[in-house]
Amino acid sequence: MNVWTYDKTFEGFLTLVFDCYEMKTFPDKIVGNITDQACIFPRNYDVVSNEPKAKRVWNGLHKKISNESCQMLYHVFLSEIPDIELSILNYIRKTFESKVNIELNFGDKYILEMFKINKKVSREAHRIIMFVRFQKTADDIYYASFDPKYNVLPLVINHFEYRFADQKWVIYDTRRNYGFYYDLKNTSEIKFTTNSIDNKTGKIDANIMDKDEQLFQELWKSYFNSMCIKERINPKLHMQLLPKRFWKYLIEKQTSIS
Amino acid sequence: MNEDVLKKLEILAGAAKYDVSCASSGSNRNNTGKGIGNTSPMGICHSFTEDGRCISLLKIMLTNHCMYDCAYCANRRSNDIKRTAFSVNQLTELTISFYRRNYIEGLFLSSGVVKSPDHTMSLMTRVAKELRTLHRFNGYIHLKSIPGASPEFIREAGLYADRLSVNIEIPTETNLKMLAPDKDYTSIFSPMNSIRQGILANKEDGKKFRSTPKFVPAGQSTQLIIGATPDNDNQILTLASHLYKQQQLKRVYYSGYIPINTNDSRLPVLDKPPLVRENRLYQSDWLMRFYFFRADEIVNDKHPNLDLEIDPKLSYALRNPWLFPIDVNKAAYELILRVPGIGVKSAKLIIMARHYGRVNSGQLQKMGVVMKRARYFITCNELSSPKINELKPENMKQLFLEKPVIKKKDKYAGQLKLFTDNHFSN
Repeated sequence: MNVWTYDKTFEGFLTLVFDCYEMKTFPDKIVGNITDQACIFPRNYDVVSNEPKAKRVWNGLHKKISNESCQMLYHVFLSEIPDIELSILNYIRKTFESKVNIELNFGDKYILEMFKINKKVSREAHRIIMFVRFQKTADDIYYASFDPKYNVLPLVINHFEYRFADQKWVIYDTRRNYGFYYDLKNTSEIKFTTNSIDNKTGKIDANIMDKDEQLFQELWKSYFNSMCIKERINPKLHMQLLPKRFWKYLIEKQTSIS
Repeated sequence: MNEDVLKKLEILAGAAKYDVSCASSGSNRNNTGKGIGNTSPMGICHSFTEDGRCISLLKIMLTNHCMYDCAYCANRRSNDIKRTAFSVNQLTELTISFYRRNYIEGLFLSSGVVKSPDHTMSLMTRVAKELRTLHRFNGYIHLKSIPGASPEFIREAGLYADRLSVNIEIPTETNLKMLAPDKDYTSIFSPMNSIRQGILANKEDGKKFRSTPKFVPAGQSTQLIIGATPDNDNQILTLASHLYKQQQLKRVYYSGYIPINTNDSRLPVLDKPPLVRENRLYQSDWLMRFYFFRADEIVNDKHPNLDLEIDPKLSYALRNPWLFPIDVNKAAYELILRVPGIGVKSAKLIIMARHYGRVNSGQLQKMGVVMKRARYFITCNELSSPKINELKPENMKQLFLEKPVIKKKDKYAGQLKLFTDNHFSN
């Protein structure tokens, strides 16, 4: 069993691809170098992230397949599905080793599988755009917690930078414990060590809340409830469109009225 | 912002909820100069109500005072309900504050008719204008145009709105006049025409001058109420098809009639809204917009109503068995789309995949084709399955009917109810 380790970044992964071709050998298992997956086999090779190497692989891919398919590989990587690295490596090998462009060969189950995972990841990213709810703090920062299934926060930062260009905001991934802060000029990655956010509801502490925040939350809840037409109630459809795992941070689905 | 707004919001949102449109798509307004917001061409839903409808916009009425008396409407003059109105400031602040919290994509403003259609139109336009100019808001704005409003007021509204809509409500004019004595088709189609002409003129100007301001970039839409009048599906879909082709509407919405005003003898007594029929109409609408179907292929004088048991595409296939089976490895995209069980997404995948080799049934299934349905209508390599012509279309419908699952408590649902509330309310 040929086990390789890398630093779990996309750059690290592209470096790994480079090393494969340089060393003319391919791993059977790829794990993070900080042990996050138990692996009983000894590690054979530790990949060291290297920007020029990663760039060469990335540029090489762009010569073989479209920009969309390259983006797809990045999205699939962010899914963090166990052993997804091997599937991506497999796809990249197919791409490099085939004379024709294979990206549209959806009859191939591996290629179709990548396409489907990409759909799932993109949908999860879109759900942040849909379901993130900002709360205004007393110092004019709009804060939101989110708990995405895949690591998709980096995919939506552009959207929020552009849309809310004139307000400071924070979006925080509570599952992976990191987030992004936009200060009207730049967006930077942040990590809370202590915080004043209720992890269950994603609510910020009442003492750092803007004075009107509570009222707007009430207004929104009241709007949400008035929109429903009782004669048409359809709980199954409701659950399908608004899956329960999103409810905890959705103001309109929180019942407590303070 | 205070409790007063909360009360108004409850009344005026409740009054607006029967309008089914909530799309925020079709526009690409950019966020200019660090203002607030932008629009997304594909539209974004931000929440879903318990009746399974999307909430994308703050759908609200400026006021529910109304001088009209339309039989089907909750806000008609003769109803004894709480009436109120927002001030322009209250409404703009509410919109902006909701938007900044990522609750909504923008505003969908409608209104009861006060004083005159033109007066109402100008009030609504003021809200949109202040949002755009004072608050530098670039999110989505959908304004309802009031039937009977004159072209210059429509034109002004179009400068600030992404979408305008005039609701036809009732699919035939005679029935409209019966239910809504203050309206006729002229008062509905003349604003619709001026919007269409405005959009066309704006497109022409756009070719000449880059700085041409946007005019209703997301186009116009309308709504038809289903089941309040005896109009059949043929009349409804023929009208819809006309609206898409001649009026270049972006969307026609169908709204199953909900008996709001129960004591009006002009309206039918319904147990519950005709939701299945509404769903079949939407499916037909999709067939017309994305599957290259003509209205008369879905319904016609011989089959004036949609089959409620099976979807319109399957029903079309069973009525036209000579078109099948279709060879997925050879047939054109448009023909593949006619196969029940194959949608736009899987049809596109098939077209791309067959460049690389013949597609087989296992691959079709992985691509998302519903083989349970499609197998009778296609040939592909080895797929051995009886075809529609061998099975006889008239025997086939039974194959597709979902077996009714009778829950214990619904066991007596089919039994006649003798003492329903309806008996006493009439």
